[in-house]
Amino acid sequence: MSRMKLNLGPQHPSTHGVLRLILDVDGEKILGCEPVIGYLHRGMEKMAEGMTYLQYLPTVDRVDYLSGFFNSYAYVAAVEKLLGIQIPQKAAIIRVMLMELNRIASHLLWLGTYLLDLGAVSPFFYTFRERELILNFFEKISGQRMMYNYFIFGGVRSEIDCLEEVEPICKTVLAKLEDYEKILTENPIFISRTKNLGIMDRETAFAYSITGPNLRASNSHLDFRKLSDLYKDFEFKIAKAEDGDCFARYKVRLDEIRESVKIVLQAVEKLKVAGGNINTGLKPLNLKIDTGEAIADVETPRGLTSCCVKADGSDKPYRVKWRTGSFYAVQILPKLLTGHMISDVMAIYGSLDVMLPEVDR
Amino acid sequence: MNYLYCAFIEFLAKFNLPESIALIIFPVLPFCIVAAGMLVMVLVLVLAERKILGFLTQRKGPNRVGYWGLLQTVADGLKLLCKENITPTSADKFLFTLAPIIAFTPVLVVWGILPYNSEFDLMSTPANLIIYLFLAIIPVLGIFLAGYASNSKYSIIGGMRVIAQAISYELPIVFSLLGVVVLSSSLNLTQITLSQSSVYGVLGWYIIPSFIGFIVVFVSILAELNRCPFDLPEAESELVAGYNTEYSGMRFALFYITEYAMMFANAAFISVIFLGGYLSPFGSYISNIVFGDSLFANILVYFEQTFWLLLKTGIIIFLFMLVRATMPRLQSDKLLKFSWNIMLPLAILNLFICMVIKGLGGLL
Repeated sequence: MSRMKLNLGPQHPSTHGVLRLILDVDGEKILGCEPVIGYLHRGMEKMAEGMTYLQYLPTVDRVDYLSGFFNSYAYVAAVEKLLGIQIPQKAAIIRVMLMELNRIASHLLWLGTYLLDLGAVSPFFYTFRERELILNFFEKISGQRMMYNYFIFGGVRSEIDCLEEVEPICKTVLAKLEDYEKILTENPIFISRTKNLGIMDRETAFAYSITGPNLRASNSHLDFRKLSDLYKDFEFKIAKAEDGDCFARYKVRLDEIRESVKIVLQAVEKLKVAGGNINTGLKPLNLKIDTGEAIADVETPRGLTSCCVKADGSDKPYRVKWRTGSFYAVQILPKLLTGHMISDVMAIYGSLDVMLPEVDR
Repeated sequence: MNYLYCAFIEFLAKFNLPESIALIIFPVLPFCIVAAGMLVMVLVLVLAERKILGFLTQRKGPNRVGYWGLLQTVADGLKLLCKENITPTSADKFLFTLAPIIAFTPVLVVWGILPYNSEFDLMSTPANLIIYLFLAIIPVLGIFLAGYASNSKYSIIGGMRVIAQAISYELPIVFSLLGVVVLSSSLNLTQITLSQSSVYGVLGWYIIPSFIGFIVVFVSILAELNRCPFDLPEAESELVAGYNTEYSGMRFALFYITEYAMMFANAAFISVIFLGGYLSPFGSYISNIVFGDSLFANILVYFEQTFWLLLKTGIIIFLFMLVRATMPRLQSDKLLKFSWNIMLPLAILNLFICMVIKGLGGLL
């Protein structure tokens, strides 16, 4: 069979959203790849200019709907920097706990869908079972399963009254994680499909601005949590792998779940003794912010998310800019895919954990 | 058979029909039974697969249509029948229609070859093992044709993969079966079944001398059926639906029926070759043990034989489903390497072992 152009997407079962990859293939071999994005563009940045600070807050969860707390945090923290307010200690701990739980949920979903991409049907349902526990907890505290709108300027919206549920969830997740590792880490088919595939060395990863687990799988220990004040009281290791292939990215994400569980448990201990307010009691309605600009960074499950808010003294942000990890992961696809087979496309693309709403915003 | 034949002639005589009609109709009748049985079995299998996969993945499976979801497949079949048959404008219309027919037709014959019990054995020609192997590969041609005729990129990649897969996995199957042929000195499925009979029941089955052959055939048949982990031709997450991307309505249903009917036929084939077919695992039939050597017991034995065959087939099919629930998909190039580098040498080793066993048996 001669060369042909294969349009993978925008409607394809395993692009998990609407990414279009124009593949230049010779038989099954990929000679070139051109990702086309923009099918899920919602104008998140432009939208902000017509909304007040408070009105924009519920929409930021949708930047990446699998890790709503992180986006919320990035925006809220940027606005807090502009306002120059310090959040109460208790609110900070709650934020950390929820973000780490969200990271676990996001990585679990990634694990399930990644294996679905590789052709294994059942892990999808198993990981959803544990994710469900976490989402149920989120639902109890915020009333929502994905779009939480729980962080507000100066703290969090309400008290957590079901804190005792967190520890059993963490235990279950850890126990089930062992099971997954038993099935997957030693599985010859899984190894043959992920080892030495889509190798991304450290320099390439830096050159392409890759962050998050994808970068840490390439022998780097850049974790923005370690640089952030929010996490300075928490002990955790940076999950890291050397090889930079799909298997390394899988290992990093699984290790990250373990580290996140540690952080969550520490946060629960801290919350048990922590007192004080959960927010500064700032009235966000008709909030006017003086001219200024602030950036807040957060390490999401997909890399670094930054939210830059520019204020011009009115009640609406002058400009909001998002920097998200997945956008850069899509950029590196042509480099990683070229030379591989069609059946490797999903193995490589899935291992990068690209979240399309985050790419297009 | 003779008794039934006479009864049939008498039955026709009641309607004043000559014997010559019976001569024509009678051999066709069992095939009609097989065809009807096949459709029913496909309905059962599809439901069973969905139920078993459901239970393995913490779901309930279909449970809305009929009691316990029993009518779900019937509903799905009716839905597919009512759907529009879409032919893409760029497709080769003749081949596009022909492909599902080519895939489906041999399945009916394949079902007729299998010995279901010592009487219901329709095509007991001296070498029906060979006929079976020939016919069982024809659906692959239909699938390839479907991929080619669709004139769509995903389809043609699926079609290409199915051919590569079938060629590389047909050889290990044939070589492993040669071991059994050596052991039984026969190419006839009934003879192969009967030569496995012993007073020790299970111990006489060929799975014991040719265990490697059993594993090789099991894996290769998974590949030939395009089932997980070898479901590359219709790899959902890569090729959308592979060869049947462009198919809809009844044509799609024909592929679906083919897939499941072939799954049953091949599972039954494995049980005939390696698990003693319709033989009882206890050496002698339970009917004979309970009712002695009476006429009633001898009639009951036929049903018991079919029951054993279905049970063994069911176990094999359950294993197929278990594999599907557990394994990720192989890569296309590694799939071929796996066949040529591992399966084929193993099959030849198995043939060698079988020959040694046969030779030793001859010496003793």
